[in-house]
Amino acid sequence: MTMDEMRLDGNAIGGLLREIFAMEMTSSLGTCAHCGAVNELARVQVYVHAPGTVVRCPACEAVLMRVVRGRGRYWVDMTGVRCLEFAEQA
Amino acid sequence: MTSRGPLAWQFGTLADIVQETPRVASLYFDIPEWHGHLAGQHVDVRLTAEDGYVAERSYSIASPPEDPRVALTVERLDDGEVSPYLVGELRLGDRVELRGPIGGFFVWRVGDDRPLFLIGGGSGVVPLMAMLRHRGRMRSKTPARLLYSSRTLADIIYRAELDSLATAGDGLEVYHTLTREKPDGWKGFTRRVDQAMMQEVAWPKEQMPAVFICGPTTFVEASASLLVAMGYPPAAIKTERFGATGGSA
Repeated sequence: MTMDEMRLDGNAIGGLLREIFAMEMTSSLGTCAHCGAVNELARVQVYVHAPGTVVRCPACEAVLMRVVRGRGRYWVDMTGVRCLEFAEQA
Repeated sequence: MTSRGPLAWQFGTLADIVQETPRVASLYFDIPEWHGHLAGQHVDVRLTAEDGYVAERSYSIASPPEDPRVALTVERLDDGEVSPYLVGELRLGDRVELRGPIGGFFVWRVGDDRPLFLIGGGSGVVPLMAMLRHRGRMRSKTPARLLYSSRTLADIIYRAELDSLATAGDGLEVYHTLTREKPDGWKGFTRRVDQAMMQEVAWPKEQMPAVFICGPTTFVEASASLLVAMGYPPAAIKTERFGATGGSA
């Protein structure tokens, strides 16, 4: 399997993001800290075969987010996300 | 159908099985704490082995929001960790751990009156079918087109139901393409999705269609690129990639 075929998108981590943020996040907007591109989280590149989950910018492929889950804990590195924007939810 | 708060894992009970193709089955679950869903959403399924090993996969919901039962249409991947259990091992009355509905981006609701253009590769047709079933059930007349790529005639999921939806005269057109077979008398396309096919099937971009593309990653990206090359605004194209499936559609 090539890297291209392993690439998923943000839809695939809707459940994981919901665990962390406790709300629907795939339609929220993330700003890439590297290139400034703004995309719905559903549009980001996602690799789940790495140790943990790696999320990359669809415009410049810089790492936006890394999530590792294990032994009952989460490690969430969001260095690559400058801003997250989402609607208030009732 | 709140999109706020954590989603609990719960057990769904298998209530019905419909074999769609030799490798694909629809599994109908009764789920006690189900608060509705939108067409295009998915659920996560979790299997736990006796030694504690956990495998988790996402499956698109095939049933429309109007149905009380939640249907997942699952393709059996021979080297898969989860699908060979779901399609082949699971029996009526068995329970499976799942959570959902998940997602708020790749969804379509009746009331969005833009022409609808759905493009599916292989089992990528599943969330698109939820949209078409929702559209049909709500007696929507929103113009809709489905371009559906399968390997062979026998691999077409929901073939009879799609035929019937397309002859209802409510503004749905279904276009099939087969990538590995040219059956006698076949009137559909017999090649991979390409520029000429898109030109023939896609709504003119001036009609501002809503586009949903789902399938293997390479299929989704190739299809989206063709539409962008035709001048479709990328923001109007919603995509869902499910990676590789052991062979492209």
